[in-house]
Amino acid sequence: MKILVTVKEVAEVDDEFRISGLDIDESSLEYDLNEWDDYAVEEAVQISEENDDVEVVTVTIGPERAEETIRMALAKGADRAVRVWDDSLESAQFLDIDTKAELLAAVAEQEDPDFVLSGVQAGDDANGATGVALAERLGFEWAAVVNSLDLDADAGLASVRRELEGGVEELTDVDLPAVLTIQTGINEPRYASLRGIRQAQRKPLEVQGLDDIGLDDSVVDSPVERTEMYEPESEGDATYWEGSPEETAGELAEFLRDKGVVEG
Amino acid sequence: MTVLAVAEHRRGEVRDVSFELVTAGRRLADDLGTDLSLLVVGGDVDGFAEDLNRDGVDTIYTVDEGEEFNHGVYTQAIEQLHAELDPTALVTPNSVNALDYAPAVAESLDIPLVTDVIDFEADGTVEVTREQYGGKVETTYDVDADQYAITIRPAEWPKAEETGDAAIEAFDADIDADLGTTVNGFEEVGGGDVDITEADVLVSIGRGIEEEENLPLVEELADALGATLSSSRPIVDNGWLPKNRQVGQSGKVVTPDIYIAIGISGAVQHVAGMKGADTIVAINTDPNAPIYDIADYGIVDDLFEVVPELIEEFGGEAPDI
Ligand SMILES: Cc1cc2nc3c(=O)[nH]c(=O)nc-3n(C[C@H](O)[C@H](O)[C@H](O)COP(=O)(O)OP(=O)(O)OC[C@H]3O[C@@H](n4cnc5c(N)ncnc54)[C@H](O)[C@@H]3O)c2cc1C
Repeated sequence: MKILVTVKEVAEVDDEFRISGLDIDESSLEYDLNEWDDYAVEEAVQISEENDDVEVVTVTIGPERAEETIRMALAKGADRAVRVWDDSLESAQFLDIDTKAELLAAVAEQEDPDFVLSGVQAGDDANGATGVALAERLGFEWAAVVNSLDLDADAGLASVRRELEGGVEELTDVDLPAVLTIQTGINEPRYASLRGIRQAQRKPLEVQGLDDIGLDDSVVDSPVERTEMYEPESEGDATYWEGSPEETAGELAEFLRDKGVVEG
Repeated sequence: MTVLAVAEHRRGEVRDVSFELVTAGRRLADDLGTDLSLLVVGGDVDGFAEDLNRDGVDTIYTVDEGEEFNHGVYTQAIEQLHAELDPTALVTPNSVNALDYAPAVAESLDIPLVTDVIDFEADGTVEVTREQYGGKVETTYDVDADQYAITIRPAEWPKAEETGDAAIEAFDADIDADLGTTVNGFEEVGGGDVDITEADVLVSIGRGIEEEENLPLVEELADALGATLSSSRPIVDNGWLPKNRQVGQSGKVVTPDIYIAIGISGAVQHVAGMKGADTIVAINTDPNAPIYDIADYGIVDDLFEVVPELIEEFGGEAPDI
């Protein structure tokens, strides 16, 4: 059985940051494995540990820098990684949902996985759509926002819980092959062990250009164009208590006493 | 020409977000100078259509297939009605269920999709606004296409309240019964010992607490205040607090008199659960954290400095952590 996991390197923004042009300035960004994908990787690795002959392959769209993040997924137990990148992706303004789905689908078609795990969303763009768009492209079934997975590979069925709003969960059976988008909390992602990190260095990480996956640079054409990025004007009218921790805590304490939360 | 909006219901009731969808959909239709059509699929469609008949809706299409949400039924119904009406815009809520069908529908119809839209302006093409990087920035996108799909963020538009006089039409969708997914039921989670929705004062902790070993600090504060301890999602995901303490979209909606958000950034799914608090106090090191957009009072500082002082103010003793 082969499980393909989509892994994204997401940008995290420093407390102090600068916008330059249509994006946040590189100097204000740090990169990490997408939180939701971390849970997807863990889920796949757990399945591979509980079953014989399971291969876990990660797929990432991203520049060379992303390899640090990919190695992290390999260190946690993925067997092998594919990274898609080339000049036209590098020069694209941004990659929209459809472009990402098309790129990932091209890799999935080559890999021919039994199912695909993807994070519910990426922490930076927060589109929350790539996994389901990918499923449609592949002609796979799918389920979005999955927080529990019980796999019956022989029966070709995944029994999942979808986490709806307001503490309600939906119990659904999904025919395989399928794309499941994984919600945080489904498991406890492991830390990469030192041994895992060492082993990850030797695991295969294959870089594919558009040619290699049978696409050309028209894949980046998009009717969606980013036109502006700005810091929103704070709608808030918060009163800020300022000073030393002792002073600010004093202000808050006084406020709570005024409100009658605590006496005296 | 029309704007086609897809309503949502669950367990026999139209969800609030559907009425927000009417407001947003009407505005888009006005911008574009077109009609607003609604689609409601499954369950008591006639009853739902009656509820959804709000001012500004021109036509409500009903597809009487299935009881609850199944994305197989939804995708087929939407795609077929889309082919029939040829709408400029397909609009859905940015709900868990819409995220389970909208991306597939957009791919299948080969139209661009933009999710979690917080504002838009349309004339000819549409320009949409969304948030990125955890709400620290806003971006605008120009969608240059004759047809497109957007999902709108819940609670950004007011609910349409006034009754309307829409035409109600049953749409005869041809649904292939081989759906690929079977919904077997629902389950409520997160019951248990404490009901955070009943609390007058909540001390709520987020990822800023860093480690489970540090939790006694906020527990002590809650004790000193006679408050109840709640949290953002990562604390529950980590298993540091039980699910019934989680505030937010997938947790509990709380409306205390005072909500003290400590080390919580204020992600949209968290805010969905606590923006109804009377007074919101935030303690966060990041002056740009979105929580400050809705806070009434703020302390931009390290919680590990401020909370111990606060505990002492009330005669407690900050635990050694
Ligand atoms: C479908 C879906 C449903 C979701 N449902 C929910 C939900 O119900 N509830 C929920 O909460 N989330 C929910 N989320 C997750 C949500 O998107 C965020 O990931 C989450 O709310 C972030 O929690 P946080 O604010 O604690 O952590 P972060 O966003 O990591 O914020 C931590 C904050 O702590 C501050 N901080 C760090 N150190 C300190 C310090 N020493 N002192 C003071 N401040 C400090 C940082 O500046 C930062 O602002 C959902 C997500 C999805 C996709």
